[in-house]
Amino acid sequence: MADLDQTDAPIELDRVIIRFAGDSGDGMQLTGDRFTSASAVFGNDLATLPEFPAEIRAPAGTLAGVSAFQVHISDHEITTPGDAPNVLVAMNPAALRSELHLMADGSTIIVNTDAFDERNLTKAGYDASPLTDGSLARHTVYEVPMTSLTKDAVAPLGVKPRDAERSKNFFALGLISWMYTRPSEPTLAWIDEKFGSKPQVAAANRAAFTTGHAFGETAELFEHAYSIRPATVPAGTYTNITGNTALAWGLVAAGQLAKLPVFLGSYPITPASDILHELSKHKSFGIRTLQAEDEIAGIGSALGAAFGGHLGVTTTSGPGIALKSETMGLAVSLELPLVIIDVQRGGPSTGLPTKTEQADLLQAMYGRHGECPMPIVAAYTPANCFDAAIEAARIALKFRTPVLLLSDGYLANGSEPWRLPEVSDLPDISVAFATEANHVDAEGNEEFWPYLRDPQTLARPWAVPGTPGLEHRIGGIEKQDGSGNISYDPANHEHMVHLRAEKVAGIATDIPPVEVHGDVDDAELLVVGWGSTWGAIDGAANRCRARGHKVAYAHLVHLNPFPSNLGEVLRRYPRVVVPELNLGQLSRLIRAEYLVDAHTVTKVQGLPFTAGELEAAFLKELGA
Amino acid sequence: MSDVIERSTTAKDWSSDQEVRWCPGCGDYSILKAVQMLMPELGGRTENTVFISGIGCAARFPYYMATYGMHSIHGRAPAVATGLAMARDDLDVWVVGGDGDMLSIGGNHLIHALRRNINLTILMFNNQIYGLTKGQYSPTSEVGKVTKSTPFGSLDQPFNPVSVALGAEATFVARTHDMDRQHMMETLRRAREHRGASFVEIFQNCNVFNDGAYEGITSRSVREEMLIPLEHGQPVRFGADGHRGVVVDAQHGARLVEVADVGEDAILVHDERREDPGMAFMLSRLSTGPHEPTPIGVFRSVERAEYGELSNAQLAQAQERSGAGDLHALLHSRPTWTVD
Ligand code: SF4
Repeated sequence: MADLDQTDAPIELDRVIIRFAGDSGDGMQLTGDRFTSASAVFGNDLATLPEFPAEIRAPAGTLAGVSAFQVHISDHEITTPGDAPNVLVAMNPAALRSELHLMADGSTIIVNTDAFDERNLTKAGYDASPLTDGSLARHTVYEVPMTSLTKDAVAPLGVKPRDAERSKNFFALGLISWMYTRPSEPTLAWIDEKFGSKPQVAAANRAAFTTGHAFGETAELFEHAYSIRPATVPAGTYTNITGNTALAWGLVAAGQLAKLPVFLGSYPITPASDILHELSKHKSFGIRTLQAEDEIAGIGSALGAAFGGHLGVTTTSGPGIALKSETMGLAVSLELPLVIIDVQRGGPSTGLPTKTEQADLLQAMYGRHGECPMPIVAAYTPANCFDAAIEAARIALKFRTPVLLLSDGYLANGSEPWRLPEVSDLPDISVAFATEANHVDAEGNEEFWPYLRDPQTLARPWAVPGTPGLEHRIGGIEKQDGSGNISYDPANHEHMVHLRAEKVAGIATDIPPVEVHGDVDDAELLVVGWGSTWGAIDGAANRCRARGHKVAYAHLVHLNPFPSNLGEVLRRYPRVVVPELNLGQLSRLIRAEYLVDAHTVTKVQGLPFTAGELEAAFLKELGA
Repeated sequence: MSDVIERSTTAKDWSSDQEVRWCPGCGDYSILKAVQMLMPELGGRTENTVFISGIGCAARFPYYMATYGMHSIHGRAPAVATGLAMARDDLDVWVVGGDGDMLSIGGNHLIHALRRNINLTILMFNNQIYGLTKGQYSPTSEVGKVTKSTPFGSLDQPFNPVSVALGAEATFVARTHDMDRQHMMETLRRAREHRGASFVEIFQNCNVFNDGAYEGITSRSVREEMLIPLEHGQPVRFGADGHRGVVVDAQHGARLVEVADVGEDAILVHDERREDPGMAFMLSRLSTGPHEPTPIGVFRSVERAEYGELSNAQLAQAQERSGAGDLHALLHSRPTWTVD
């Protein structure tokens, strides 16, 4: 091995993709998360992809129990967690075996050799150790006895050997932090804060981290460390945020901007529960959260609160949306504001609860009985979930309608740096309650008609209980336009069905036109996307353009109604392709609406597209 | 006299202009009348009162009250009302539904509203049949009920709604019937005055699909011998001159006796405020259906913290601790870094 000169400056890289993988109990999500936070504070641009099994503790050491966290850090702007990792940290044989297919030739693998005993090798399905049978010859493999080094390091602290082993993820974190010259202070400070109430655990984790760090520096195993400069990004204050946290904060903000108390009725479901967790912390904002008895009570209580003049919200995933659909129909009929959040996961049925998918678009669009139109907003990056939540609330309040907000598992758990907005730059989305009679009856008496609409927005007045003189009854039975009285009149029903459709369609005049990026004027191919595929589409389109192809791309935030210029944009380019994590749901809507031959690129593996996959698909569309 | 001048209301102020569309002779009319007559006595305001219902004949109730109201969807009224009552503790929120609405499709919401003790007055009109869907057996129909959906007789054991409510940790549980306006008004007044979730089962005659279901116990001629009035602090006696009564012993639980056989002192004295719902439950089991002596009145009325109040207290505590929420501070609450 080459002599190691400790004064050697680290080698500079423009980016690196690291994948931490281990058993569910090994703390890989936490390790990845800490590495990400340190990189974020350091100023790198980044994107993450946490992947974990649905079981809380799948059998230890098995392939089913592998939990992984991929992070892509760079000195320039990036939009995806990266195609293929440059470095894999494998804490046991199962982690190596399940992740190896992702690793390109020449990539680096760091293994915890202590875990490569016969028992673990068998559990992972290895006949012979991959560390000795030559099967890793195309990779640079670093063998590090992480468990025993950790045990040695924490032994003086009087930690029991069983507990000592638990700190090995901090050893790995320390080692990787040294390799990529991450600052140690944020992590050490975090350990002290997190484990403050358990000083021995804090001390053990600290010791493991510093030992890992020192091991990298002194073990003469690694030739040198690397560094990735901070990215040049617009000036501002940044924080690293996951989609679920951004979405929850967006709802907090929406309440503030609407000057209304927020009411969340929700039933726990993966991957949406973190929004409930986050919102239930923020009681100082006057946010009420109800963990309801079921999904239906979640939306029912939110609708009751909306009737009472609150910003009603319910959060769930696809299976919960199915259960809530009847109440959504009621909300459409009552024409009350309501925000319904679907953090999509793999389906049908329980499907892949911890994995991402975009297969609820048609459910969002059509999954109710009767003609039951609802506006749909879709977030496209973790940080964008903040804006999307405000936009969903804005539409709901202004047009007095339930609105579906689509996120997904990838956005929910993935994170990215977010340039924090100034509160004063956020929109005012407040609306006024009705306070006075709006109609005069035949005898000249003033009365209140709950379905007398604003001619512009077609929104009906929002008269909340407690307002004298505006007492009224509303319900799911069809009502007379204007008076709101029960009506079974055929012509009135047809009129109301059209009115509800027109009201939602009319929102198109209230949303921005869809923006086209890339080769706007002369593209041979237009890529249309929605939701979390944005990062991969952006990356792939730019790679195609770098190869000399003319590609334009447009990303939809509003899926119902579509932006008013979408038809014109679609017809402007000779070819249209729609990448989606489903079997072609948006492309179906586009074909039906605009009679455009939109091609599909689909993937339903519970994983996001990589930019490489989309690049190949676009090149195929381009005939290249 | 109080120095606050409140415009008092009359029953008319509480009736909406909508034509009532129950079948002529339906027991729902007398319940509506009792509620409309009670409201002025309670001194509430129409604008601060909300009736929420689900689906079924009973669920049309809100349309006939000149208050705020929502006719929601089948079974969900307690859930909708829970959100409203949590959001707005200034309102007087009532829930009205039938036995199918509240014990079949909406059973889950009912029991959870009761255990949370959210401030709702819940009226369950029990007619032991599905009326609006034209006569199928309900979760309170007797075993063997022959209906369109059970031509060979129903097979399932019915719910005893009072037992269900007591099992669901309800703090106020009562029963009344549509043939006695005075008793109805008194029971509903008690229910409304209770802080928390109150549940009232109202025996209601569906004269179209299950006529006379309660005739054997509620008609004037038999009432005295067939209804057991529960009154707090009073011995549980009924029948002419109170010749019958209820005793409780460890061997047999609650049972009916001739007072003369056991002596007056042996008769159970009703205590609706017992913390343990066991005794109220035993009383609810005295009758297995409207063909034997059946207790009516308040089974249980105990104090327990109300859910909306507890929830509001958490908000107030949080604001006391950290001031009113500051959005800028929230956005900067995680590690941040600044790029110039
Ligand atoms: S069907 Fe029965 S419960 Fe319904 S309105 Fe008619 S009589 Fe009353």
